[in-house]
Amino acid sequence: MSNIPSELKYTKSHEWVRIEGDGTVTVGISDHAQALLGDMVFVELPEPGTSLDAGEECAVVESVKAASDVYAPMTGEVLAANELLEDAPETINTDAYNDGWLFRIKLADEAELKELLDAEAYAELVAEEDH
Amino acid sequence: MTQRAVCEPLIFEHSRPGRVNRAQSAHLGGELNGIPESLRRKHPPRLPEVSELDAVRHYTRLSQKNFSIDTHFYPLGSCTMKYNPRACNTLASLPGFLGQHPLSAARDSQGILACLWELQEMLKEVTGMSAVSLTPMAGAQGEFAGVAMIRAYHDARGDDARTEILVPDAAHGTNPATATMCGYTVREIPTDNQGDVDEEALKAAVGPHTAGIMLTNPSTLGVFERRIHEIARIVHEAGGLLYYDGANLNAILGKVKPGDMGFDVIHMNLHKTFSTPHGGGGPGAGPVGVSEHLQPFMPIPVVGRDDSGAFRWLDEHDLPQSIGRLSAHMGNTGILLRAYIYALMLGREGMVRIADYATLNANYLMARLRDAGFDMALPGRRATHEFILTLKHQAKEPGVTAMDFAKRLLDYGFHAPTTYFPLIIPECLLIEPTETESKQALDAFVEAMTAIQAEAEKDVETLKGAPYSLPVRRLDDVKAARELDLRWQAKA
Amino acid sequence: MPFIPHTEDDTRAMLAACGVDSIEDLFDEIPPELRADALDGIPPGRDELAVSRLLHARAAQDAQPLCFTGAGAYEHHIPAAVWEITTRGEYYSAYTPYQAEASQGTLQLLYEFQTMMSELTAMEVANASLYDGATALAEAVLMAVRANRKSKARRILMPRTVHPRYRGVVQAIVHHQGITLELLDYDTAGGHINPASLPTTPGDITALVIPQPNFFGALEDADALTDWAHTHGALVIGVVNPTAMAVITPPGEWGAAGADIVCGEGQPLGIPLASGGPYFGFMCCKQKIVRQMPGRIIGATVDLEGKRGYVLTLQAREQHIRRSKATSNICTNQGLMTTAATIYMAVMGPAGLEGVARQCHANTRALVQQLGEIDGVETVFDRPTFHETVLRLPRPTAEVLAGLSERGIFGGFDLSADYPELDNTLLVCATETRNETDMDAYAAALREVLA
Ligand SMILES: Cc1ncc(COP(=O)(O)O)c(C=O)c1O
Repeated sequence: MSNIPSELKYTKSHEWVRIEGDGTVTVGISDHAQALLGDMVFVELPEPGTSLDAGEECAVVESVKAASDVYAPMTGEVLAANELLEDAPETINTDAYNDGWLFRIKLADEAELKELLDAEAYAELVAEEDH
Repeated sequence: MTQRAVCEPLIFEHSRPGRVNRAQSAHLGGELNGIPESLRRKHPPRLPEVSELDAVRHYTRLSQKNFSIDTHFYPLGSCTMKYNPRACNTLASLPGFLGQHPLSAARDSQGILACLWELQEMLKEVTGMSAVSLTPMAGAQGEFAGVAMIRAYHDARGDDARTEILVPDAAHGTNPATATMCGYTVREIPTDNQGDVDEEALKAAVGPHTAGIMLTNPSTLGVFERRIHEIARIVHEAGGLLYYDGANLNAILGKVKPGDMGFDVIHMNLHKTFSTPHGGGGPGAGPVGVSEHLQPFMPIPVVGRDDSGAFRWLDEHDLPQSIGRLSAHMGNTGILLRAYIYALMLGREGMVRIADYATLNANYLMARLRDAGFDMALPGRRATHEFILTLKHQAKEPGVTAMDFAKRLLDYGFHAPTTYFPLIIPECLLIEPTETESKQALDAFVEAMTAIQAEAEKDVETLKGAPYSLPVRRLDDVKAARELDLRWQAKA
Repeated sequence: MPFIPHTEDDTRAMLAACGVDSIEDLFDEIPPELRADALDGIPPGRDELAVSRLLHARAAQDAQPLCFTGAGAYEHHIPAAVWEITTRGEYYSAYTPYQAEASQGTLQLLYEFQTMMSELTAMEVANASLYDGATALAEAVLMAVRANRKSKARRILMPRTVHPRYRGVVQAIVHHQGITLELLDYDTAGGHINPASLPTTPGDITALVIPQPNFFGALEDADALTDWAHTHGALVIGVVNPTAMAVITPPGEWGAAGADIVCGEGQPLGIPLASGGPYFGFMCCKQKIVRQMPGRIIGATVDLEGKRGYVLTLQAREQHIRRSKATSNICTNQGLMTTAATIYMAVMGPAGLEGVARQCHANTRALVQQLGEIDGVETVFDRPTFHETVLRLPRPTAEVLAGLSERGIFGGFDLSADYPELDNTLLVCATETRNETDMDAYAAALREVLA
């Protein structure tokens, strides 16, 4: 069973979102997603300052056997990208929800938060896919 | 455990400063008078300094670390690893062919042009297309030519709303990659549980934005697309064109012609169906065949004949609407020549027999493996020239993957089938025996698979640790990708 | 049956195992209306003896003139060892090295190839080949557009001194992706791109292509061009002749920062002329943009026991994983040709390759001098050249070439179709395979033709 922390929100494309409460969110990929991809070898992140539309491709996570696009869960401006991943992409495998975060966004529209899945709904989605 | 070959150092590690192979360079040299100092190289490239014997021995030893058709059964699905007749190499390497400069006048090239012209004619006949251009240098370049022609066709009619190419989800990766190179967006069409294109999904996907569809038939799932006429009708009615990926032509050579199935444009992989070598990665040849309405757009050059019967290159003057040139000269001429020689030896009966025996071998191997307890991905279907076995049960219990099976097969002296393609079948082995293998070779493969299954049931670690008997044990792909080491560096 | 080993007994037993009566039954899923008629347009099969006779006749039919033509394909001596080893079945009949443990021969060889090409061009990394020099340039242009993220213009400066066929191929391949190729005209005195003629405020440029030597055989001022491009935010794509690399400044050392991407035609490295192919394209780049490079790349790693081994790496760039977002659609490349090139470079070594380069340069100079003594024959450009030179003739080139051809000489490449302003000119080349006797023969024949 994959680990799905209840305090986070999720997307159908397997990103997790942590609402920081100051108009910003932190984004990563779920434990389920990292397990599917396997050993991470490279991560391409958006440059701080880039503005993103919700649903836009903005990062790529790459393992030896697959490469997967990461979509911006919400509209906003990139505040920071996780530089640690440049040299240690495997952090996503070992700690998807903390040190393995990808980028932070300053939200343009907090209403979009409503579109996200809660942990329970995401767990259901994962269970369905495993089927 | 069999004895493992000793590690062969890199050619650079054989190098000794000042060692010169005089047989090749004793009388070469000359002043660089015409080149000012500022444009000259300051220090020579660090190429290896070895004797001719060092080089011959090193590269002979390296060759012995390869599996190949000449040494092993190589049932790599979708790749048609059949015997590459030696005569094709010997005759294509006659000095008269090798010495010819590509810009030679047509009047000095009638011999080679005659061969290529006849090859064009034979390929037209066997595919049912109106015209053939031999110039694309591999399957993927044939695909590029094909999709670029589709685009040129729509453009010529002023129909610029067509922005999308449809590709089945089971398609080879070159299909979607090609569509992108041609400026199209790709829409994937799902496959139904029988391995056919999902017709309802196709109907829903087509429209005035559809430029065309790229199909492989037999499909990459190793089954014949039975509703091909219906698919052609749906796409044509929407105004799109049909592209045929000919990678699997071996299965139907002389039995069914892509032209008769309704395809507008096709490519062939001569390095598959027409037995030209794969050379450890290439070169190949991917000629394209077109129906009449696409003929004006063919890539140049094409071999033509003038009124006197003399052969000549057709170029942009003859085909002003051509999509252009795809290589500096004529593509992989030497490979085309090998295919031509092979086609001559086969003749009209031989071509049909390829499909017969490729299909017999695949169905026989499938039946034997099924009887041995393996699961087929599409159990109700006939195999074409290849079929897919799925190890998804073995992956759950006892816990061995298609990769483990593949690696263990190497220890048994068989090259592994294609693994993890098509992507939509979990833990799959795509197995293509080809017509040039004997019943005895196939039986031996079944025995190896059975033995490996027994090993897996006894102790999964046996498979996880495989291979044991090759020059190296299982290699660390993750390290290779994380800590890039793409060239040798002299130790400081 | 050619190449089919089945005995009648085998076939019978196999059909029984399949549960069918005849091979025909195995095709029962194919709709009957699709079944083809007999292949009447194809001749009946012939045995090896008969085919051999035909092919020998065809090969003998083509004239084998004394060749003084380069224009992108060069006749060089190929040591016998090169193709003796290259055509060993283990190289010749292997597939792309997907099963690394069963392909260490090919993989190690390609790793050596990548190292040799990087050394030759003084670049950091190389790939394992593309189709040919022209498509390699097209791929380099596409790569530059991906790699130069600061540039939004998708605008490539393409000198007219680049091989005209290469320019055509690049256009055919990249124009679908909204990329524009802007031609740069050459200096009529030098036959090169004069850095002083480049604009001081060129706007957003994605990349500048620098041919070295260029199509006229002339050496570009690559240092100045490279610095100019980098100053204006453009990447530099070098398209180079590998033989020349032995003696002229390699692109990795151009200007202050070196070229970013280097590509070219690998044919001079041990590949026969063979009517145009198969040859191979090579590509090198700076390591920081290697993830934008197309084609196979081999990396070194270790096995379970820590022993050195080689694998295909960075595969997530490629079509089989990345599909519609791959760096290129290339799959099959020109593997066997790189095998030959690797062995060629090993057998020649740095001294041998330098010897070839020097001899080519000296021979072409000698030829030009000799031909220049004939009335009305003169060199067109004054820039230094490597092993090709443009000559002006006192008569139409086509006529002269026809006359030479009658005398058993392939006298060079007629530039007038691609460069209308260069009528009555001829691009000539004398590699190390031409000797004094050959050059005397050329000069004598030209005298006759012009007389
Ligand atoms: C189904 C299919 N399509 C296309 C290709 C591409 O052909 P090539 O590798 O010659 O570019 C292949 C082979 O690799 C294939 O199997």
